[in-house]
Amino acid sequence: MSFLELKGIVKEFGPVRTIKGIDLQIEKGEFIVFVGPSGCGKSTLLRLIAGLEATTQGSLQLDGRDITHVPSAKRDLAMVFQSYALYPHMTVFDNMSFALKLAKVDVATRQQKVERAAKILNLTQYLQRTPKELSGGQRQRVAIGRAIVRAPKVFLFDEPLSNLDAALRGQTRVEIASLHRDLGATTIYVTHDQVEAMTLADRVVVLRDGLIEQVGTPLELYDHPANQFVAQFIGTPQMNVVKTAAVPELSRLAGTRLPTDGAVGVRPEYVRVGAAGTGLAARVELIESLGSDTLIHTRIGESHDGVPLVSRQSERTTLKPGDTVGISFDATALHLFDAQGRTLRALQQAA
Amino acid sequence: MSTTYPNGFPYVRTFFAWAIALLLFFPLLWLGLTAFKTEMQAIAVPPQLIFTPTLSSFVEVQQRSDYLLYAKNSLITSLVSTILGLMIAAPAAYSMAFFRTKRTRDILMWMLSTKMMPAVGALVPVYVMAQTTGLLDSLPALIIVFTLSNLPIMVWMLYSAFKEVPNDILEAVRLDGATVWDEFRHVILPLTMGGIASTGLLCLVLAWNEAFWSLNLTSANAGTLAALIASYSSPEGLFWAKLSAASLLAIAPIIVFGWFSQKQLVQGLTFGAVK
Repeated sequence: MSFLELKGIVKEFGPVRTIKGIDLQIEKGEFIVFVGPSGCGKSTLLRLIAGLEATTQGSLQLDGRDITHVPSAKRDLAMVFQSYALYPHMTVFDNMSFALKLAKVDVATRQQKVERAAKILNLTQYLQRTPKELSGGQRQRVAIGRAIVRAPKVFLFDEPLSNLDAALRGQTRVEIASLHRDLGATTIYVTHDQVEAMTLADRVVVLRDGLIEQVGTPLELYDHPANQFVAQFIGTPQMNVVKTAAVPELSRLAGTRLPTDGAVGVRPEYVRVGAAGTGLAARVELIESLGSDTLIHTRIGESHDGVPLVSRQSERTTLKPGDTVGISFDATALHLFDAQGRTLRALQQAA
Repeated sequence: MSTTYPNGFPYVRTFFAWAIALLLFFPLLWLGLTAFKTEMQAIAVPPQLIFTPTLSSFVEVQQRSDYLLYAKNSLITSLVSTILGLMIAAPAAYSMAFFRTKRTRDILMWMLSTKMMPAVGALVPVYVMAQTTGLLDSLPALIIVFTLSNLPIMVWMLYSAFKEVPNDILEAVRLDGATVWDEFRHVILPLTMGGIASTGLLCLVLAWNEAFWSLNLTSANAGTLAALIASYSSPEGLFWAKLSAASLLAIAPIIVFGWFSQKQLVQGLTFGAVK
């Protein structure tokens, strides 16, 4: 039996069904990331696990104990909120030791645990300050510290980095990853940022409209997406998906029979931009030079309403918008989707 | 120092501001002056602005009636009704602020609507109830009535104070393992202390100044300072100097108190007005 088990979880807010039946097993020590577009139910699912919302149907088991109807306070979970939710009238020390105080842990132990957490998070010199005297990144660390001190069964993170600026976000992401490596605590992390999902997760849970689209390791999702939604959600720039009917030459180019009513996907790094006359004729629309990468936006055919394709290459380019080029790609790099957007595995393996 | 006014006429604006302020303050000023006059000076025409002050009215008031008894009654009724009211209103406001239902708004409106009813409409039933329970002219009767009549305002004010506490913080406390009482004592109470203090102060002032019920439900034993003042408007005519002296004695404590707590009071009344 898994450490944390979600069975048939359903959540309704009035007549609206936000979570439509989720089954998920999480193992001890895993770092799980819930990712999906806004409104997919990822935060609601986290709040259900935290006990901040009551489930409409289904059950939750934590470490062999049914916690479906156990109040938040008794679930032995700690949560880091998007807004940090620090207690504004308490010092950093009191914020971090509050849960232990409530649990009637003696003063010496409290002191020792808070100091250890503060040391890990570089907060030692701020322990006597109040939250409003701290920067955003420091508040974030206090919120994490408050969770660590309790040594809970599961850490819950609700979009913890979305209030930080880009540089700090990258840095804190690395800190969270190394923290998880050191503590080995079971963690559930909600984000809409697929880069965070890819870099932090042992396994990623992709959600859409209250349902799980796919669960897998980051690279599994990247290489073998279960459907067109996951394929396009994971990876930036997103995977090119072309309706087979729109570009009849695709079949010949791919060297395999393609589903006539489906679509073909190819990641930008597998789209090769060559000289005009080779492969598919296309026109350059825009060049984005990122330094390490160059993104070439093209349209197949001559007209402006042609099918758009993005190519990503590590070499720099002398191409300019308006240039005519030839597009080609490996048949092995293609993802095939049926009319409903599901990945056609059989065809892919055949190719 | 030069001050720029947005639309000119600085003197006109200043003049009107002072005029209104003086108009509001004049009765108090006159009360203060009259209290230190003799009865003859008090009814003199034209009114005397310059006179030799005397404490004779105060002495007479103290001789004729026991100021300290009335003051004690005022103090007890306003303090106890405020504390009792806070104890009842806080849990009510807590549940309405943090566990909203579809009807929370209606309940709040209903509570406020009870303040729209003229108090005299409830006089007979309340009087009869006080009489049958033997509470007529007793402090408990006044305390109960003051508490209940201030309760709607207290619930409203505490409700708006509590609503300022971010929901995330409450959820964080619950996940930290807090019981409802822990949550209230360690987080809500310290975060809303300003609002709670303002609520208490306002209700203290309201109870202190309350006249209708104290006049109608008390006589010799449980009379408050409002009843003391009223006792100087006798059938034989008004004794202006003594009436003023009694009034000054009655309002002095609450004016001093209000002066020191005005910042809190204003904050409480405008709570949540500006986000």
